[in-house]
Amino acid sequence: MPDEQYALEARGIVKIFGNHVALDAVDFGLRAGEVHALLGENGAGKSTLIKILTGAYQPDGGQVLADGAPIHLDNPQQAQTHGIGTVYQEVNLLPNRSVAENLFLGHQPTRFGLVDRRKMERESRGILRRYGLEIDPSSELGAYSVAVQQIVAIARAVELSGKVLILDEPTASLDRNEVERLFEIIRDLKARGLAVVFITHFLDQVFAVADRVTILRNGKLIETRALDAMSRTDVVRLMLGKDVAFSGATGVEDARPMGDVLLDYSQYGRKRSVHPFNLTIHKGEVIGVAGLLGSGRTEMARIMFGADAADEGEVSIAGTRTTIARPTDAIRHGFGFCPEDRKAEGIFGDLSVRENIIIALQGKLGWFSALNRDEQMEIAGRFGESMDIRAASLDMPIKLLSGGNQQKVILSRWLATDPAFLILDEPTRGIDVGAHAEIVRTINRLRDEGLALVVISSELDEVVAYSTRIVVMRDREMVAELNGENINPGVIVQAIANHRDEELA
Amino acid sequence: MSRSLRPLVATAVIFAIAYALAVMQFPSMFSTRVLGNFLTDNAFLGITAVGMTFVIISGGIDLSVGAVIGFTGVLVAVLIAWAGWHPLAAFALSLAVAASFGAGMGLAVHYLQVPAFIVTLAGMFLARGGASVITQDSVPVNHEFYDWISDLIIRLPGGGRLSFIGLLMVAVFIVGALVAHRTRFGSYVYALGGNPVSASLMGVPVARTTIGVYMVSSTLAALAGIVFSLYTSAGYPLAAVGVELDAISAVVIGGTLLTGGYGFVLGTFIGVMLLGLVQTYIIFDGSLSSWWTKIVIGALLFLFIVLQRLIFAASAQGEKAS
Repeated sequence: MPDEQYALEARGIVKIFGNHVALDAVDFGLRAGEVHALLGENGAGKSTLIKILTGAYQPDGGQVLADGAPIHLDNPQQAQTHGIGTVYQEVNLLPNRSVAENLFLGHQPTRFGLVDRRKMERESRGILRRYGLEIDPSSELGAYSVAVQQIVAIARAVELSGKVLILDEPTASLDRNEVERLFEIIRDLKARGLAVVFITHFLDQVFAVADRVTILRNGKLIETRALDAMSRTDVVRLMLGKDVAFSGATGVEDARPMGDVLLDYSQYGRKRSVHPFNLTIHKGEVIGVAGLLGSGRTEMARIMFGADAADEGEVSIAGTRTTIARPTDAIRHGFGFCPEDRKAEGIFGDLSVRENIIIALQGKLGWFSALNRDEQMEIAGRFGESMDIRAASLDMPIKLLSGGNQQKVILSRWLATDPAFLILDEPTRGIDVGAHAEIVRTINRLRDEGLALVVISSELDEVVAYSTRIVVMRDREMVAELNGENINPGVIVQAIANHRDEELA
Repeated sequence: MSRSLRPLVATAVIFAIAYALAVMQFPSMFSTRVLGNFLTDNAFLGITAVGMTFVIISGGIDLSVGAVIGFTGVLVAVLIAWAGWHPLAAFALSLAVAASFGAGMGLAVHYLQVPAFIVTLAGMFLARGGASVITQDSVPVNHEFYDWISDLIIRLPGGGRLSFIGLLMVAVFIVGALVAHRTRFGSYVYALGGNPVSASLMGVPVARTTIGVYMVSSTLAALAGIVFSLYTSAGYPLAAVGVELDAISAVVIGGTLLTGGYGFVLGTFIGVMLLGLVQTYIIFDGSLSSWWTKIVIGALLFLFIVLQRLIFAASAQGEKAS
């Protein structure tokens, strides 16, 4: 069909933020009656594209068409009148109001100027029944589970728009049965002729429900294709831009005898966050963690450190059972954690480099043994030099430093506490090449000094270069543990892409 | 029972018990005379509290209402006694002034993103200062219209009297309840208090609703100022100092959540009556210092805040378990 009619189409969309091109001439076509998955790693441009399609952003180039006619979207309300409805990852409804009011807010049926509650509830009951929900529409929405709220949000979006439904990571906080129920609803809407855009990080779900897939990478359109012509490996390869045949670097030579067991997590997990996993960590090893964004990598790191408390399983340190329910427990045992979101969770932006370095050590020492200024300067100076932190002065606010130098400061912060175990979540994201090399060098040095490290990274070549073992996460589950010659990017991509039921090759 | 109803029921039960205890000690408190005076004496507080209920449900606060009552009383008195206006014209002007004053505060809260606490604190100083600039003294009002209104009385069997201002308060409560629970504007107010981000994504006109809420509050405060002027037949710039806090107390005791999103206009009515009951009891007793009113209000407030916490914490637990 050369003259294919799309329900919603984006042609040559360009969006520029400052001097960063977020979307570079991206085409996207959505047919009525299809489920179209939109995939890409973080920063690929998915959410920017969605925001343009829903009128939250204005494109700098290209146009949006509905049923072949160009439309102009100034705000989400306008998108709604063109039949485009959106459901976000976080349910954006009102838990304090009744189910019926959440469905009808702003469009309540009225009689003599007053809201006709009886009519509203009767119609709500009819709508909910179509989604397989037998709940009392006059009850408070907040009394129901996230899954039910999600379905109510979909019902509202479909009732108000009714042509295009955009689902932005709708399954992120649902369990497996709830996801299945959601899929039934999506298939039903598809049969009713709606065009559905489905954004997720879970490949299994893409293959379960989507008809076509569009893959973005670094703001560019990589591919739009029917899914039945693709394998999981194809999808992962296109998303990550890695050639599976590539098998350059292999893991660190495992000639040295393994160190003593430092930590042992057994059946450790947290509901709705990470499935129980087993992991034994030895002194002097680096465990790389690979997986797509949203695969549970960060969640695993957080429960290992006690930032989120595990609700099942046990952990022992050097053979002794213990509990790590809070970060302070972890720090007492000599743990350190560099989080993924450096700006929000890592640095204290307005404090000086010196204060940022000594803060974990001070926290460990407690209130009554304050480090005096000379001691602080000595410690900060020592790490400033050994980590090559490029700052005009150790007393300048850390927010003025480059990302790479900030990362070095956070690493120094933990090294100052003389840790036995470090967790690094995406330590090299968004930093320059020089700092990158410095951090990789530091990881290698720490391993040789006998520290245990867990390093999460999306850069497969990098993980391969310094890891002694690699665990692969998928769908919040640890699905593979690779060592020896298995440590190469090709095998990792294979493991990420593999279906749950298939055995790892 | 829905969890938002529980604080309301608790307030009603506490009021019933407290009233029964008071009647057991002073049987004459159970009379139409006392009940009629309840309405008349608390009319200005009740009308103010209706506006405050809207503000608090929307997640805001309005500290300026006491000062607006004082300002309105002075403005009305000066227009009638010095400028010779007809009271109805003076009432209309002061309501309009208050409405635009409230709109200004709403604009500042929404567009400048300044916390309502600060904006209305500034509003409080402005209104109170403005009243004192007009006059420092109490201005008496002698007008036949005032006499005519105070003669508008429904006599009840048993010697009770339902005054015009008491009935006006009841009417304001009824209209307030209809607006809050049965109009789109009302649902937007609850939406705003529940989650402003969700509300705007769902298409709630956030700016219009915020401005509307503060306009309602200031206009009702001005109406309360008019009622206060009818009640005292005078305008005094330092009248109704601290009434904003009594109004907030009545709203919270009436089961409205101070963080917004939950509450009932009817609950506020019971809250106002409970405060009135405490005052009446102390008058009947005769030997207690009137400051005991404040102590009892303090204790009640604390009790209700703890109660709300417990109810909402308990139902949050229940959700997880189910």
